[in-house]
Amino acid sequence: MMPELGKYAFAVLASYGVGLGLLAGLVIASIARSRRVRAELEQIEERSKRPHG
Amino acid sequence: MSIWEYANPVKFIRTTDKVLPWISVGAVLCLVTGLVWGFFFTPDDFRQGSTVKIFYLHVPAAMMAINAWVMMLVASLVWIIRRHHVSALAARAAAPVGATFTLIALATGALWGQPMWGTWWAWDPRLTSFLVLFLFYLGYMALWSAIENDDTAADLTSILCLVGSVFAILSRYAVLFWNQGLHQGASLSLDKEENVADVFWYPALVCIAGFVLLFIALVFLRTQTEIRARRARALMARERQA
Repeated sequence: MMPELGKYAFAVLASYGVGLGLLAGLVIASIARSRRVRAELEQIEERSKRPHG
Repeated sequence: MSIWEYANPVKFIRTTDKVLPWISVGAVLCLVTGLVWGFFFTPDDFRQGSTVKIFYLHVPAAMMAINAWVMMLVASLVWIIRRHHVSALAARAAAPVGATFTLIALATGALWGQPMWGTWWAWDPRLTSFLVLFLFYLGYMALWSAIENDDTAADLTSILCLVGSVFAILSRYAVLFWNQGLHQGASLSLDKEENVADVFWYPALVCIAGFVLLFIALVFLRTQTEIRARRARALMARERQA
């Protein structure tokens, strides 16, 4: 199944490792921040709806 | 219906919420298909051997690194001319995505360059202009973070984006402007004679589609986040005043 990469195995595998790792990191960070900010906003909106005093 | 309707944050979030799952699924399908096809089912190049497999990550990432800046440029111009907050926030949202694509292009380029050129790095016109583009991305993001007032930050980052566009264009055309250096000319062309062989072209095309869809999905998601973060800041400022 694994293609024969020969003497360039390090270059090819490292490229895929770095590339896919960075893409995964970007996606995870984007989703995590989206959830965090959404939750924070809901909390603030809830607080601002409550009557003061 | 006008495109300016999407300058309304509520309308933007409502519309992008509907299309985001579809674009995300399309991005994952294209990326998985293109990369598996390219990695496992394409032959080695007669000159570059198995390193040609790096092509499926390097070229789409490099293309989108430049296109992301162009998108930021358009959004910045919309902000400067029409003062729509969503466009400024969309430019801000795109910057980390573009920076990551630029970093992927630089890293995979270095890993590809070492066995082919005998060096990880050379001060070649295209490589250097890409490095400067990456530094512009970092500067752009730093400037957004450094300024508390959102409108002032949008103004200043828009100007920085206009200046950085010179390097985005240079990154694309450096090989043509200065016919020197290690980096080859464009691998992809609409001219069939100049384009890479079909066996490499078709999986590359699927990967490019995957990167484009991933970029759109991430910019939509991150713009929604920036809109919500801006609203949260506004509400907290109101709370402090009350």
